[in-house]
Amino acid sequence: MSATKTILIKPIFMNNPIALQILGVCSALAVTTSLQVSLVMCMALTAVTAFSNLFISMIRNHIPSSIRIIIQMTIIASLVILVDQILKAYAFEISKQLSVFVGLIITNCIVMGRAEAFAMKNPPIPSFMDGIGNGLGYSVVLIVVGTIRELFGSGTLLGYTILPTVSDGGWYQPNGLMLLAPSAFFIIGFFIWVLRNKHEEQVEDNEFEMMPHTTETGAH
Amino acid sequence: MSSNVNSVQNVIKVALGLCVICSIMISSAAVLLKPRQTANQLLDRNKNVLIAAGMFNPDVDTNADVEARFSEFNARMVDLQEGRFLTEEEMQSLGVDPQSYDQQSAKNDPEMSINLTGDQDVASIRRRANYATVYTLTNDSGEIESIVLPVNGYGLWGIMYGFLALESDGSTVRGIGFYDHQETPGLGGEISNPDWQAQWVGKEVYGDNGNVNFRVVKGGGSGDNEIDALSGATLTSRGVENMVQFWLGENGFGPFLENEIQG
Repeated sequence: MSATKTILIKPIFMNNPIALQILGVCSALAVTTSLQVSLVMCMALTAVTAFSNLFISMIRNHIPSSIRIIIQMTIIASLVILVDQILKAYAFEISKQLSVFVGLIITNCIVMGRAEAFAMKNPPIPSFMDGIGNGLGYSVVLIVVGTIRELFGSGTLLGYTILPTVSDGGWYQPNGLMLLAPSAFFIIGFFIWVLRNKHEEQVEDNEFEMMPHTTETGAH
Repeated sequence: MSSNVNSVQNVIKVALGLCVICSIMISSAAVLLKPRQTANQLLDRNKNVLIAAGMFNPDVDTNADVEARFSEFNARMVDLQEGRFLTEEEMQSLGVDPQSYDQQSAKNDPEMSINLTGDQDVASIRRRANYATVYTLTNDSGEIESIVLPVNGYGLWGIMYGFLALESDGSTVRGIGFYDHQETPGLGGEISNPDWQAQWVGKEVYGDNGNVNFRVVKGGGSGDNEIDALSGATLTSRGVENMVQFWLGENGFGPFLENEIQG
């Protein structure tokens, strides 16, 4: 694989921002109740990460190190406002549903994490690709979580009925838990479990060794 | 690069340059997209008139239906002080018309609004415009079948704007819709949830003595004048109750409803 391709593909499963780096989990919990909203969020985040990486990388040699975080923040915040304005103009309904979460892309750790960890040290094109790749990695998790939550929580996918619910005269009793944020925790947990079963190198070493069980007197 | 990247001059130069570029980018985007955003907001507002009147089902209907159905309504202006519809001549002399009248900006115009004193200001909105645009639906013989009133009140984070539709008796609720609010998504933000809004239908706003008797209560809300509060959103629920209390009371549409609708 060429270097660019590696940068693009690697964050999807091998170095997934949510599953391995555990970044950006908050928005993954909040916006995944329906698939459509998740998809828009994915596009918004991918665009912001890619372009913030691109712009930051373009000026990386001129950024004084004392104000580099503020500069990154300014670029990211401007891009997020831009995305918010575009959504309000072209996807008003979805922007109402996403409400504060578009604005909160600013604080999404993935964007700033990639700007600081990658774009500050690499040329523009690979940085752009890294942004897209991490956006895709985030998207994969969001799409999986969004699909499961919408399907089992409301029996629909992208608004189309898949499992007719009892309240509409069907047979499916929707799982209310799926509509609440904790269910996303469980699903992301399972996602990480499956991923680490497949790629064992992602399993982290124990930070400390548990002592064996003891029955000696005075041990308790 | 050069060694003066970290010099004070360069810090200031980069910071200023970046701010200028970013602000130009954002302001041009804001200006260019403004017309579309305003159109969307207007559409959403009109849609909530329909939602309040029970003429729009978000699951089935699309934005394309809004315009045609909205045109079935008659927009008329109400003098809140005197509690009656404004006549054509009065509207001309005031220089207002029901379509373009903006109650929000009139609220800040001392000529067009009044200050509310502490005990009048149930809904915490400080000032009230003297006129309001209401939307009426008439049947074939010209009688008013339903009336949609603009209402607003302070919730937890800001003023919630919505529409309350009443039946021809001027007391039975036909529905409610909110088009602008800043309540917490998932908690107070549930005021725009169709399931919660559905329980408003058929409730009575006025008690037997003709005063506003309407409560947003925790746990149930089975009575004729009760709505179940939103869980985790006590202040929003209270705001909604106060909003109804104010706008259907003597400083809101109370006198108007008594004179023109219930009479």
